[in-house]
Amino acid sequence: MYNGNKLSPFLKGVLVVGFLFLYIPILSLIVYSFNESKLVTLWGGFSLRWYASLFENEQIISAVWLSIRIALASATAAVVLGTIAGFVSARFKRFRGSTLFAGMLTAPMVMPEVITGLSMLLLFISLQQLTGYPSERGFFTIWVGHTTLCMAYVAVVVRSRLVEMDKSLEEAAMDLGARPFKIFFVITLPLISQAIASGFLLSITLSLDDLVTTAFLSGPGSTTLPQVIFSKVRLGLNPEINALASITVLIVGIFVILANYLMLNSQRKRERAIAEAMRGDAPVLPSPPVGVEGMGRPGRA
Amino acid sequence: MTEAVVASSGAAKAAADQPYLKIAGIVKKFGDNFAVDNLDLEIQQHEIFALLGSSGCGKSTLLRMLAGMERPTSGKIILDGQDITQLAPYERPLNMMFQSYALFPHMTVEQNIAFGLKQDGLPKDEIANRVLEMLDLVQLRKYASRKPYQLSGGQQQRVALARSLAKRPKMLLLDEPLGALDKKLRQQTQLELVNTLEKVGVTCIMVTHDQEEAMTMATRIGIMSEGKLLQVGTPSQIYDYPNCRFTAEFIGETNLFTGQVVVDEADRVEIETAELGGRIQVSHGITGPKGMDVWASVRPEDVRIDIRPIAAGPNAARGKVKEIAYLGSFSIYHVILPSGKVVKSMVPANRWYEAGEQEPTWNDEVYVSWRADMPVVLTA
Amino acid sequence: MDIQRFAKKWLKPGRGSVIAMPYLWLGVFFLIPFFIVLKISFAEQDIAIPPFTSLMAYEEGFLNIKVNLSNFLFIFTDEFYFDTYISSLKVALVTTVLCLLLGYPIAYAIARTDPARRNVLLMLVMLPFWTSFLLRVYAWMGLLNENGLINTFLLWTGVISEPLQMFHTDFSLYLVMLYAYLPFMILPLYSHLVKMDVRLLEAAGDLGAKPLKAFATITLPLSRNGIIAGSMLVFIPAVGEFVIPELVGSSETLMIGKVLWNEFFDNNNWPMAAAVATVMVLLLLVPIAFFHRFETRELEGKNHV
Repeated sequence: MYNGNKLSPFLKGVLVVGFLFLYIPILSLIVYSFNESKLVTLWGGFSLRWYASLFENEQIISAVWLSIRIALASATAAVVLGTIAGFVSARFKRFRGSTLFAGMLTAPMVMPEVITGLSMLLLFISLQQLTGYPSERGFFTIWVGHTTLCMAYVAVVVRSRLVEMDKSLEEAAMDLGARPFKIFFVITLPLISQAIASGFLLSITLSLDDLVTTAFLSGPGSTTLPQVIFSKVRLGLNPEINALASITVLIVGIFVILANYLMLNSQRKRERAIAEAMRGDAPVLPSPPVGVEGMGRPGRA
Repeated sequence: MTEAVVASSGAAKAAADQPYLKIAGIVKKFGDNFAVDNLDLEIQQHEIFALLGSSGCGKSTLLRMLAGMERPTSGKIILDGQDITQLAPYERPLNMMFQSYALFPHMTVEQNIAFGLKQDGLPKDEIANRVLEMLDLVQLRKYASRKPYQLSGGQQQRVALARSLAKRPKMLLLDEPLGALDKKLRQQTQLELVNTLEKVGVTCIMVTHDQEEAMTMATRIGIMSEGKLLQVGTPSQIYDYPNCRFTAEFIGETNLFTGQVVVDEADRVEIETAELGGRIQVSHGITGPKGMDVWASVRPEDVRIDIRPIAAGPNAARGKVKEIAYLGSFSIYHVILPSGKVVKSMVPANRWYEAGEQEPTWNDEVYVSWRADMPVVLTA
Repeated sequence: MDIQRFAKKWLKPGRGSVIAMPYLWLGVFFLIPFFIVLKISFAEQDIAIPPFTSLMAYEEGFLNIKVNLSNFLFIFTDEFYFDTYISSLKVALVTTVLCLLLGYPIAYAIARTDPARRNVLLMLVMLPFWTSFLLRVYAWMGLLNENGLINTFLLWTGVISEPLQMFHTDFSLYLVMLYAYLPFMILPLYSHLVKMDVRLLEAAGDLGAKPLKAFATITLPLSRNGIIAGSMLVFIPAVGEFVIPELVGSSETLMIGKVLWNEFFDNNNWPMAAAVATVMVLLLLVPIAFFHRFETRELEGKNHV
C-alpha cells in the first residue's frame, strides 16, 4: 500500500486523533495513580501511597498469584492443544467431522463470554452430579475454561503461519527419508516456533484478563485478579486500582516494545544478509538500463 | 532416421536389456480430470531425461508420483527391478530437488546436506565425510556453516543439489531445477549442473517448461501435453523430426502448411497446398494414401529470402515483407504470401552484404524458398 | 496435489490420534456444554443444589420426563426480553458501525505509512489490546464521571458551567464499546489494506479517477474482506457484552449479557439463564456461521496461491 509518498494532512490528523483516543484514558489512569487524594479525580498532590497500599493489599496480591498460576497453566495447555489443532486444520484437509472441527475452533473466539461461561459451568455441574468430580469449582475448572478459549486463538495463529509456509519443506524432509512424526518435530515445529511463542503470550494475556468466563467457573477461595478488580470498580473509582493499572501498563509496555525491537532487529540483520548474499551472483547480472523503471510510471494527473 | 522414437512403441522393445526405470500405464485422476493419462516411459541408467511441457500438462504430477508425494490412480513404477509404486516417499531410493529448493531455513548448509544421511542412521564420521564430499562437489566448502538465507540464488541451488545427491539416490528428480534463477544466471548454471550430474553419473528425470533448458541439459526429451507423452527422443531428433504439429510448434518456431498429398513416390513426396499457392516437395518419402490431409513443417532458419525473382516451381513463392525483427546476428522476416499466409524466415545479418544486395524493407516484394530436404511432413 | 493428500493416504493410524486430542477437548468442553444448556433451559428453578429440577425422574417404575417450556414462553411473551434482545442487537450494530468509521481511516493511514514507522504504529494499536480490558474500561470511569477529567477540563475552560451528565448514559456506553472493540476492527482491516498493490491506485489515477473516486471504486471493494472480518469480530461478541454496560452503561439500556448475568448470579434462576443463553446462541448462529464460512474461504484462498 505504501507508495513512497508522505501521508496527506487528513490521514495524519486521523492518526493523531485515533491515537489520542486510544491513549488518553490510559495516560490519565497513570497520572491519577500518583494522586495523593483518595478521590481519584481530584488532584491532591504527588504521592506513591497507593502503590504502597496496593502491595499491602493481601487480597490483591493473592489474586495476582492465582491469576499468574492459572495463566501459565492454561497457556501451556492451550499451546499444546492449539498447535495440534492448527496443524490439523491447515494440513489435514478433509476428514470425517472436519467441518464441525473447524467450527468448534472459530466459535470460542467470537462467542459472547456469558454463554461460554454459563455452558461450561453447567457441564461441570452435570459432571459432578454424574461422577462426583470435579467436587468444587476452582483452579481446575477455570483452567479448563481458559485453555478452551486460548487454544482457539493459538490454533488460528499457528494455522495462518502454516498456510503461508512453503509445503515443499515438509515434502523435502519426507523425500530425504524422514517419517511424518519426525518431520513435525524437526522441521515443522522449529519453523512455526515464533507463531507458537506469540500464541503463548496471547494466551497469557487472555487468561490474565478474563473476567466473565472466570466468574462462572470460579468457586469460593479461587478469586482471580480481574474478579477482585471488578468487585472494587463496581463500587466506584479506587486509587489502588489506578496503581495496579499503571504497573500493568508498564509491564506490558516494556514487554511489547522489547519484543518488537528484537523482532525488527533480527529482521534487519536478515535482510542485510540476504542483500549481501545476492551480491554473490551479481557479476553475472547486467545492470538494468537506467531510467526505464521510472518512465512508465503513472501519476501525471 | 525418418521415424521418431515414440514412447508408446517402447513396449515392443526386446526384454534383453531391462530398462532402469519403467513406468507402465500410469494414470492419475484428480476428480474427473486426467492429470496423467495412461503413460508409459522407459529410462536407461545414466540418462538425463527431460519432461518438457507447458504448465498443467501433467509433468509435475508425473514427477511427484515418482517421488511418492502423489499416489497413482493406476499403473506401475519399477525402478531397478523394484516395484516402488506403493512405497512412501521416505522409503524410496530416489531423491528430489525442489523448484523452490526447499532448503530448511533453520539449518546450516552442512545440516541441510546431512539431513537425509541422518535419517538413514549412518555413523557420524561417515556422514561428515559424505557432507564434505558433497560440499566439494558443488564448491561450497567455505559456506558450510551458513544459513540458506545467507546464500545467493545460485548457491542455494547448489546446496539443494548437494542435499539431494548426498544419499546417492538411484535416481534424481529435478523439478524446474533452474526455474527460480534469473535468465542470465540460468544459462551459465545449466552447463554447470549438467557437468556435476555427469560427474556423479546419476540417472535423472527433470521437469521443465523451458525448451532451451531441456535441449541443453537432457540426453533425451519427452514432450508432454494433456497428460500424454507425444514424442520421446534426443534433442536433435525432436527438433529435426517432430512427429506432430504440437511438437513442431512447441520446440522452436516453425511454418506449418496444410495440404494434401498428390505425389507419393520412393524419392519424393509432393503436397498441394493453397497456403503456399503451389506445391511443397519433400525429398524423403512418407507412405500414405494420396489425397491424405497432412502438414508440412519448415523451420524459419531453412527459409531463404531473395529479392531477385527465382525460378518458379515447388518450395517457392512470392510475397511481401510485412514485419522485420532485428535480433542482432540475425533478423526474422515475416513475409505475407498472396494467400494471406505469413511465412517466417530467419536471415543471418551478413546475408545481404555477402551477396552484395540491398537489404529488403517493409512492403518490398521478395521470394521465399527452401531446399526439398528441409520440410518435415506431419500427419497428426 | 500436496502433503495433505499424502497425509491422508499414508498416515491413517497416527493421524486419527493426532486429530482426536483437540477434537475431544473441544467436543467435551465446548460443544457438549451447549446441549446441557439446552437441557437445563427446560428445567424449573428449585431451591436445591444445583438450583434446578431434573428433567428425568424415575418414579414407581416409570421414567417421567418433564419438559418445562415456561422459560421460553416467558422470553417470547414478556416484552422485557424481546426489547432486551433488540436493544442488544442495536448496541452491537451501532458499535460495529462506529468502529468501522473510526477504524478504517486509522487502518488506512497506517497502511500508507512507510514500512519503518508502520511497525511502531501497529505496535501502538496492539499495546492497549495487550493490557487489561477491564482496566481500560475502568479508565473511562475516571474520565466520564460527573467530576471526572472531561468535566473538570470543560468547566475550567468555561465551555460549560454545569458538569455534563455523561456517565451511565448511552453516550458513555457507545464511547467505551467503541474504545474497547476498536483494535479488533483495525487489525483485520490493516492486514488487508497493507497487502493491496498501490499501483492499482496509481493506475486508476492515471486513467483519470480523482483520489476519492479511486478510493471508492478500488480501495473500498478490495478491502471488503477486511471489513467483513473486522465487523464480525466486533458485532458477535458485542451482542453479549456484559462488563461495559454494567460499569459505564445506563441502567435503562437493556443488554442481554447483563440480563443473563443477573438471572444467574442475582436471581439464582439457572434455567432462565440457560433459556436466555439458548435464544442468544440461536440469534448468533447465523452471523457465526457466516463468519466461519468466510474465514474458511479466506484460508483456502491463501492455500491455493
